[in-house]
Amino acid sequence: MLFVSFVVNTLTEIFQFIVNLMKFHVLTAPLVALLLTTSGGRAADYTIHPEDRDLTAPLPDGIYHSPPLPPPEGEPIRKYAEDGPGTGPENFGVSVIHDNRLKYYFRADRLEYRWNNDGDEKALWDVQGWIGGDYNKLWLESEGEWKRDKGVEAAQLEVFYARSIATFWDLRFGLRQDFEPKPERTFGVLSLQGLAPYFFETEFNIYVDDEARVSFNLEVEFDIRLSQRWVLQPRFETDLAVQEAREYDIGTGFTNVELGVRLRYEISRKFAPYIGVSWESAVGETANIIKSKGGDPGSTSFVAGIHFWF
Amino acid sequence: MENEQTIISRRRFLRQFGAGVFTTAIASALPIPAWALPRGRSANPASVTESGPLDRYDFEIDYMPFVVHGQKQRVRATAINGTVPGPLVHLREGEHVKLYVTNRLMDTDHSSIHWHGILVPFAMDGVPGVNFKGIPPGRTYHYNYTLKQAGTYWYHSHSKFQEQTGMYGAMVIEPKGGDPIKAHRDYVVVLSDWTEDGPEAALRNITMDEGYYNFQQRTLFDFFRDAGKHGFDEVLADRLGFGEMRMSPVDFNSITGFEYTYLMNGHDPAANWTGIFNPGETVRLRVINASAMSTYDVRIPGLDLQVVMVDGKRVKPVGCDEFRIGVAETYDVLVRPREDKPYTIFAESQDRSGYARGTLSPRPGLEAEVPKLRPRPVRTLEDIGMGLMDDKYLGRKAEAKKMMMAKMEKMEAKWKPRTHALGSKAPGPIGPEPFKPDKHKVNVAMVVKMPRYRYHEPGVGLGEDGWKVLTYADLASAEAQPYPARVDREMTINITANMGRFMFSLDGKKYTEQPGPYLFQFRERLRLWMVNHTMMEHPMHLHGMWMQIENNHPHDSIPFKHTYLIKPGEKISMLITPIEKGDWAYHCHLLYHMEAGMFQVIRVA
Repeated sequence: MLFVSFVVNTLTEIFQFIVNLMKFHVLTAPLVALLLTTSGGRAADYTIHPEDRDLTAPLPDGIYHSPPLPPPEGEPIRKYAEDGPGTGPENFGVSVIHDNRLKYYFRADRLEYRWNNDGDEKALWDVQGWIGGDYNKLWLESEGEWKRDKGVEAAQLEVFYARSIATFWDLRFGLRQDFEPKPERTFGVLSLQGLAPYFFETEFNIYVDDEARVSFNLEVEFDIRLSQRWVLQPRFETDLAVQEAREYDIGTGFTNVELGVRLRYEISRKFAPYIGVSWESAVGETANIIKSKGGDPGSTSFVAGIHFWF
Repeated sequence: MENEQTIISRRRFLRQFGAGVFTTAIASALPIPAWALPRGRSANPASVTESGPLDRYDFEIDYMPFVVHGQKQRVRATAINGTVPGPLVHLREGEHVKLYVTNRLMDTDHSSIHWHGILVPFAMDGVPGVNFKGIPPGRTYHYNYTLKQAGTYWYHSHSKFQEQTGMYGAMVIEPKGGDPIKAHRDYVVVLSDWTEDGPEAALRNITMDEGYYNFQQRTLFDFFRDAGKHGFDEVLADRLGFGEMRMSPVDFNSITGFEYTYLMNGHDPAANWTGIFNPGETVRLRVINASAMSTYDVRIPGLDLQVVMVDGKRVKPVGCDEFRIGVAETYDVLVRPREDKPYTIFAESQDRSGYARGTLSPRPGLEAEVPKLRPRPVRTLEDIGMGLMDDKYLGRKAEAKKMMMAKMEKMEAKWKPRTHALGSKAPGPIGPEPFKPDKHKVNVAMVVKMPRYRYHEPGVGLGEDGWKVLTYADLASAEAQPYPARVDREMTINITANMGRFMFSLDGKKYTEQPGPYLFQFRERLRLWMVNHTMMEHPMHLHGMWMQIENNHPHDSIPFKHTYLIKPGEKISMLITPIEKGDWAYHCHLLYHMEAGMFQVIRVA
C-alpha cells in the first residue's frame, strides 16, 4: 500500500510539474492559452491597470457611468455597467478569482490481468488522461492487450481535442493509431464522451481509417454502489463496421460484443483494486471469418486489476 | 517558537494580542489565541467585554504549524499573529480605527483582510483585484475607517485559500451609548473547518469527483429499504428524477467531516472549548460561522436559545431550540442556564458527517453529554424545486405540466413587455425575471422554472425533531430603518452551477466570462431578486451595503443581512440601498464555489 501511494504521489508530482512547465514554457504557453479559452463573454480580458496607484487614494472620477433612473418606459432593465470598449473592471493587476485554471487528470480505468476459459492469459490496459480547462481539453487515451508467450497483440493510442458542448457532454476530434496488430493503421476519430442520463458513463466513437472504412464503437459503464467503498460496475462495449477489413479479420455489421462486471473496493476514491468477469465474443460475419480460420470467436475471462486516478 | 525572528516591544505586543491578554510570550507560541483557550490553559479574560475596546490593531500574517487532534501535520496555517482563529478585534462604534496588516507570507502573490459586514469606503473593503491590489509580501496595508455600526462581525482573508488555512477572526463593535443587549457573560463562538489535505488538493479532488469526500452516499440497499418504506413507485420516481439530472440528493457541502475537522474557537471536538458561567446568569454567545464550506445546525440541549442579533444587526428577540448558520453568517443568542451543570454547545454539520462542539460550564473541566449525530438528510425533488420530475415518473406529468405552463405564461406575460421593450411601466413588484440560459449551456445543469419563497422553511434535514428551528421568516429588525420605503428598480440574479464539472456561476457565467460588472445606482432603492437554480444552499454575500430581506415584515422591521443562505429552488427578494460608490464584490461565501466562478463585481455608480 505504501508503495502504491508512493507511486501515485510521484506520478501526481510529475504531472503537476508538467502542468507548471507548460504554463510558463514559451512553446506550450500558447497551447495553454488556447485550452483555457472560455465559451464567450469578454474572457479574462479585464484590464491590468498600468499604474500602481496609491492604495488609499480617492476614487478615480470618470470610470463610472450611471444609467438614468428609473429606466425609461419600455426600456429593458440595465443590468450590466458599461465601460468604453476594451476596458473592463479595474483589477489593480491581480486576479481575484481563479476560475479558469489549467487542470489535468489521469485515470487507469482498467489495468488488469485476464485468465480466460481457453487457458490463455492476457494483460489489458485502458488508460485516459487529459489536460486543459473547463471548455477545451487535450486528451490522450491508450488501450491494448499483451498476451502471455506472444507479446503485445493490440495497442492503440488516441489523441483528441475535446470541447464541452453540453452540461454533461464533450465532443472530441482526433486521431487514433493502432500499433498492433500489424500492419499499423491510422484513423480519424469523432467522439462523443460524457455522462448520459441516469449516470451511464458513455463513450461513442466514429472511426474512419486511411482507406475510408467507417466503424463505430460504443462503451457504457455504470456504477452500482453497494456500500460506501464497494462498487459493482457493469460494462458494455460493442463495435460495428460499415466496411469489412479482411486483413484484420473484420467483417461488416456488428463485429464484437463485450459484457463484463467488475467489483471494486475503494481503498480511497483514487485507488481501487477489483475482480470481475468478462465475456467477449466476435459476432456476425466477423465470427464466421474467425471460425473459418479455425479460431474460437468467444471467450469468458476472470479478471483482476486496479482502477486508479490522480 | 517559530516566530522569534522579531523581537516585539511590549506595547506592540499588547496591540497584537489584544489588551486583555496579560500573558507571557507563551501565548505567541500557541496556535490558538488566548481568548479562544479554555480557562485553565491561560490567564486571559474569557469574556469579550474584558478584552478591549481598542482603536488600533496590528496584524502580522505568517505561516505557522497547526495540528488538530488526531491528524498529522500536513498543512501549514496562514495565521494572524500566530493564532488560529486570529485575534479578537474589539472596537467601539463611531471611532476612527486603524488596522495595520503586514503580509509575511513571502511566497504569495498577495494577502488581504476583508472586514465582513462592515460598511467601509471602497478602498478599505480588502478584496484584491476589486478594491485594491492586495498586500504584497513584506508590505503593510493601513486600513483605517470610521465605524458607523455596532454588533458582531468577523474578518477574513480574501486572497485565494488563505481563509481556509486559518485567516479569520471575530470582530466585536461596542455600541456608542452602551449595549442594549444585557448579559453577564459575553463569549465569541467562532465555528470553522480545518482540512488535512490542504485546500488545493481538496479542490482538485472535488472537481474530479464530486463525491470524493462523501462517505454517506446512497447505496443499492438504501434503495430497497426506501422502497419498502415509501413504496416502490415513489422511490423509483425519485431515483430516476435525480438520475436524469445526474445529481446526487445527498451531496451537501462537497467537503465533509471525512476530510474536515470542525473547530469551535480553534478547538477540535476533543479539545472541548469551554465557556464559564454562574447559574442564573445570562450568557451571550456570538456565534460566527467562519468556515470555508460548512453549514452548521447549532443547538444547546437543555437550554432555550434567544436570538437577539443576526449579521451584526439587532433583531426582535426570538426564541428557538436550534438554528442553521450558513457560512459567514453571525447569530447572537442569549442563554440563561439556571442549573449548576455543564451544557454542550453542539454545532452539527449540515450533512451530519461531523460536528464542532464546546461546553458552557460552571467550572472548568466539566463535560456534558454530546448528542448523537442525526441521520444524514436526503433532498427530495420537491426540495430542489424540481417536483415536476416526480410527476413525470409517476405518470402525472401532463396534468402537472399544464398547471405549471399556465403559471409560467402568467409570469411571462408580466415580463414580456419589459424584456421586449414594448412599453411598460417599470419597475414593479412582479417577481424575478424568468431565466433562460443559452441552450446546452455547459455552466447550467438545472433551471428551476417555478422558484418559490422558502423564508419559512427551516431547510433540508431540519424541523422534524419536535423542537423549534429558527427560520428567516422569524427575523424582524429591532434597529432603525435608515432607508426609504420605495422601489426604484428591480433586478434578478440567477445562481447557477454545474456540479459535475465543478463550475459555479451567476446567470450562467463564471466570473471571468461576465461581460462586465453588475450595475447598482448610488443611493437608489433596488429590489434584488435572487433565484437559486442549483441543488445546494449558497450563502450569498454582498459587500459594502445591506441586503434587507422582504420576509413579510413591515418595511420598518425587515431584517438586515450581509449574507443570505439561499435554499435550492428558492427565490428571494431583498431591498438594497448602495451607500458607497465603487466596485464591490458579490459572491457565494463557500470558498471553493467562489474560486470556481460564483463571483461578480457590483459597480455602484
